[in-house]
Amino acid sequence: MAEVLVLVDHDNGEVRKTSAEMLNIARRLGTPSAVFIGSNVQEAADVLARYGAEKIYVVADPAVTGALVAPQAEALAQIAGQANPAAVIIASSSAGKEIAGRLAVKINAGLITDAVDVQAVDGAAQTTQSVFAGSYTVQASATTPTTIITVKPNSAGIEMAQAAGTQVPVDVTLSDVATAAKITKSEPRQSTGRPELTEAPIVVSGGRGTGGDFSPVEAFADSLGAAVGASRAAVDAGWYPHTSQVGQTGKQVSPQLYVAAGISGAIQHRAGMQTSKTIIAVNKDEEAPIFELVDFGVVGDLFQVLPQATEAIQARRG
Amino acid sequence: MNIVVCVKHVPDAQSERTFNDSDNTTDREGVDGLLSELDEYAVEEALKLVEASEGEVTVLTVGPAGAADALKKALQMGAHKAVHVTDDAIHGSDAPATSLLLAKAIEKIGTPDVVITGMASTDGTMGVVPAMLAERLNLPMVTYASQLTIDGSAVTARRDGDTASETIEATLPALVSVTDQINEPRYPSFKGIMAAKKKPVETWGLGDLGVDAGQVGLGAAWTKVDSFAKRPPREKGEIVTDEGDGGTKLAEFLASRKFI
Repeated sequence: MAEVLVLVDHDNGEVRKTSAEMLNIARRLGTPSAVFIGSNVQEAADVLARYGAEKIYVVADPAVTGALVAPQAEALAQIAGQANPAAVIIASSSAGKEIAGRLAVKINAGLITDAVDVQAVDGAAQTTQSVFAGSYTVQASATTPTTIITVKPNSAGIEMAQAAGTQVPVDVTLSDVATAAKITKSEPRQSTGRPELTEAPIVVSGGRGTGGDFSPVEAFADSLGAAVGASRAAVDAGWYPHTSQVGQTGKQVSPQLYVAAGISGAIQHRAGMQTSKTIIAVNKDEEAPIFELVDFGVVGDLFQVLPQATEAIQARRG
Repeated sequence: MNIVVCVKHVPDAQSERTFNDSDNTTDREGVDGLLSELDEYAVEEALKLVEASEGEVTVLTVGPAGAADALKKALQMGAHKAVHVTDDAIHGSDAPATSLLLAKAIEKIGTPDVVITGMASTDGTMGVVPAMLAERLNLPMVTYASQLTIDGSAVTARRDGDTASETIEATLPALVSVTDQINEPRYPSFKGIMAAKKKPVETWGLGDLGVDAGQVGLGAAWTKVDSFAKRPPREKGEIVTDEGDGGTKLAEFLASRKFI
């Protein structure tokens, strides 16, 4: 079976859940090989093998990780040139998409982004995407021997599938232009302690209706162990950081449960949450378009409804 | 400083967007189109940069005849000239082919100091054309800038990522994609609308760019849409009006669905 490359999504060796999901997808299409770019591979290797990586290509050159993402695309292209993979699977993050775009042009391979499912059909990869703000579902495939796919978080389950995990060190030759864009300063964002927005099984978002006070939204989210999101109106007003924005120009989330509080449900917002499994809204305006999407809705003031719900949840949990 | 801004004419997100049944491509005729909202930020940023120093802003698009409307809007905002790449053979082009056409057009315009794009189109929303274009033009690239300064031979940008706020530097010429956080795009003034009528718009076909028809269009696409289906509308759920017990009912619903 042909190799399928998975670009490992990790934080200094700590493998993110998306990587295990991508290895699961890779096993449907061929023999998974992880591509690990960075240091601390020893921390990642066991996990990657456990989820099915037969090989682990290791690119440890600091020149690759020190610059922006262009060198990673060069590294991946060189590995793909040797491995002739059936597919290359990359996480659908902003960096992942830049790597995928550059790689597609380097190796002349079809690129499909933001897949929510990938299956083998007649021996080739076929993807499912949600398009036009979630109003259509599209099946797509590549016409080239290699398919590059960026996949969204939660697009596959994670399954143990112990494999060899043989490490293959890779030396990469970088072009000058690849290192011409550099990160010169990085200020870490303070962690909120809440789950990551795109990976969280429950997301609670606040909008214009909060009037800038997110405390009932946050308290309700915390009672459910949820991530907190915000509408564009709330972000534009400076009430919540842009990194928490759910919508077309922010994050697209697809959790088990999405709660919209004080959000009217403009197309911009719907594009980011319409594919959530269960949707709840709390809004003072019974005409708000968000109510067209909901499984359960409360017409009311979020400052009354959410604290009462938070209390009831805490009481049930004892 | 000369800047090229790449823009896209897209079906209006407020209308019912769909596909052509005959070839599974995006329907660009049955739906009103407009300049992709996210590209307005790119145009605005280019205008600000040129106004603060000197130079020209050229807006560039690839698309059918109707795409000229997107150029017109950018010219009304204040861009100096426009280039429209259009050819029947382009219909159905994928992102790699689009990036090829943009790259060839930028080479013909004369590689500028900076190429600016939006973060993604509002129709395809792939967000990969900027990276493909940087790759084809062999330019360093700064993505998702929420603040931009250009000083002599370098571009400095701020990018607000999930885990950190980063400062990024690249040498010129460079390609920069900007987010909707970077500025507040201006509305065309009456003067701008009148002035736009006299601004030069060049129309180039494949022959002008030295691109073979076999390199672009649906037939040359590296990916294809196998099928599309409208998502069934969500079943209307239960909606209650808060009469002092809305929160309790909400908690009951969560319990009934096993979320608590």
